[in-house]
Amino acid sequence: MKKHITLKCALILGTLTGIIALCTSCTNSEAASTGMDPRVVADCLFTVMEADRAIYTKKIVSRIKKEGKIDAVEEWEDSGNMHLPLPAQMFRMAAERAKDSKHNSAGFFYQLKSPWPINAQNKPTTDVEKEGFDFVVANGGDEPFYGEETIGGKKYFTAIYADVAVADACVTCHNDHEDTPKTDFELGDVMGGVVLRLPAD
Amino acid sequence: MKRAVDKRMLWLLWIVLNVSAGSTLMYKVFPAEDKRIFLPGQTTHGHYQIEMSCNECHTPFMGVKEDACIRCHGDELAKAQDSHPLSKFKDVTRLDMLKQVKADECIACHSEHNPDATHSMGVTLPDDYCGFCHQDIGEDRPSHFGLEFNTCANAGCHNYHDNRALYERFLRNHLDEADVLEDPRVPQRGEPRQMGPALTANDADADTRGGPMIIEAWAEDIHAAQGVNCTACHTTDEPRSWVDSPTPEHCGTCHKNEEQSWGQGRHGMRTAAGLSPMTPAMARHPMHVDAMHSQLDCNACHKGHDFDLQFAAVDACLQCHNDPHSNNYKDSPHYGLWQQELNDTLPAGSGVSCATCHMPRIEDEAGRVSVQHNQNDNLRPNEKMIRSVCINCHGVGFSINALADRPQVESCYNEQPSGAVETIDWVKKRVADIERRQREAQERRLKSKNTKKNLTEDDL
Repeated sequence: MKKHITLKCALILGTLTGIIALCTSCTNSEAASTGMDPRVVADCLFTVMEADRAIYTKKIVSRIKKEGKIDAVEEWEDSGNMHLPLPAQMFRMAAERAKDSKHNSAGFFYQLKSPWPINAQNKPTTDVEKEGFDFVVANGGDEPFYGEETIGGKKYFTAIYADVAVADACVTCHNDHEDTPKTDFELGDVMGGVVLRLPAD
Repeated sequence: MKRAVDKRMLWLLWIVLNVSAGSTLMYKVFPAEDKRIFLPGQTTHGHYQIEMSCNECHTPFMGVKEDACIRCHGDELAKAQDSHPLSKFKDVTRLDMLKQVKADECIACHSEHNPDATHSMGVTLPDDYCGFCHQDIGEDRPSHFGLEFNTCANAGCHNYHDNRALYERFLRNHLDEADVLEDPRVPQRGEPRQMGPALTANDADADTRGGPMIIEAWAEDIHAAQGVNCTACHTTDEPRSWVDSPTPEHCGTCHKNEEQSWGQGRHGMRTAAGLSPMTPAMARHPMHVDAMHSQLDCNACHKGHDFDLQFAAVDACLQCHNDPHSNNYKDSPHYGLWQQELNDTLPAGSGVSCATCHMPRIEDEAGRVSVQHNQNDNLRPNEKMIRSVCINCHGVGFSINALADRPQVESCYNEQPSGAVETIDWVKKRVADIERRQREAQERRLKSKNTKKNLTEDDL
């Protein structure tokens, strides 16, 4: 009698466990099948960044320069002058804001870097960055670079998108800048890139 | 029997000693204002006034609050366009920058309670700390090759945080300025707000308080002229009751910017921290003996019923401050200009009072001019004074030279600067070098046969 009861309990428990395991694996499979490819996520983010900066450059900065009353200058913050930040500065400030934003639950971040930076601290530093910039420069910015790396013990999916000189102002400013390491950029050249990182843990 | 009695006496003695020590400790921890027995080391000149308010910086168990520094200094650093913001060191791809000093934390460079290691600006790193990150500067800038790293921040060239008066493009725009500019004047203060119709003694709503002399003084004062009656300053809101001595918070009801900035400086930081008002007796700087117990509040410099801004600009300061710079002021050319302004020989803004330099008039983005009541805002390093004060009247080169001349600082600028900081000359050389490189680059581009791109902006 006692044996039958024990066997019965074991059968019920086993069945229950099996059902739970099946449900869990189904749920996980469902989650796995709807998780987005990190390349797609990175592309989505970059699409928005690129669009915002392009509109800022073409529709705001270029127009204001033509008006002549306000300018976009590197030292825009200096008091006494009503000036706008340069597109690259706008981009950097937005990157800082996004990094610390309460909406950034994923903890992604992005940076502007270049093999020919005005500020030497903005050179590619990690091996993946160096490889990525070699790739995008070689293909003229037609294809982004995707890679994975571990920095400070954390895994990241890293995407690099070429920053192309889309306006005369980009080329002339960089060529003539007192701290530029490269003085022969032309329209359409890859001048640097956006490095976007998604935590992969 | 005798042994039992001895033991009981020892126990009693032990209990009494412990209770006494424990009570004293608890008293020091909680109600006593003087908690100096808990100080692990002398505080810096910037913080000694609030050293008894441990929770300004510390958590209950004496950790350092994460926002301890930024809470008070964050706005100032943002306005200064901080050259080394903490965000610069939070780049995960540049963790190498943190190998020698954790520059993503203020306390890595400004460690409190460490008097033996503390240099100027409260820095507790060796003088050549710039070398931690900028070892290669001689390669990037050949002009800097061989320079000692303990000269970066004390030669009139660079500051770690605030380079608004020292960054290259600013200096390039101010290269060949005269020592004294054509129209040397500081901005005029904004007009005071008219709060209501001008009032007379008969309009005073103080009932019988104060007495006729105070009412008469108020009636002749600017507050009455601007329609500010007695109860505007002398009542609290909740509950509504009369206050004999309004606090700075009361004054801040209308003078918000002034009250807030005063609380950030050396005059008001104790009050802002909830401690008793600062007195000259507590100061580490030399003060006049007969002013030792004067309490610092708004009335100390400009009384509510006798709002004398000229007194506030000079004599209010000199009634307390007893250092060589202050004592030499009345022998200086700046004081001569101040006297000429007061007797209308020179236009308004031409004179240089203590307040002109140490509590300068600042213009906000809307063009309103107010007085900066944080006298520490432009004090150290003193190059911070260039933008807010000196260049209203002087060329940038002259200003840098004057501020770098320590004997002249002490004499309150009684004579011309004796030396010349090389900053402006270096910038001139660099400008020539940049122009040469730009010409060469332009020539190379014209000669270039690169036909890869005949693109226009519309193509992109």
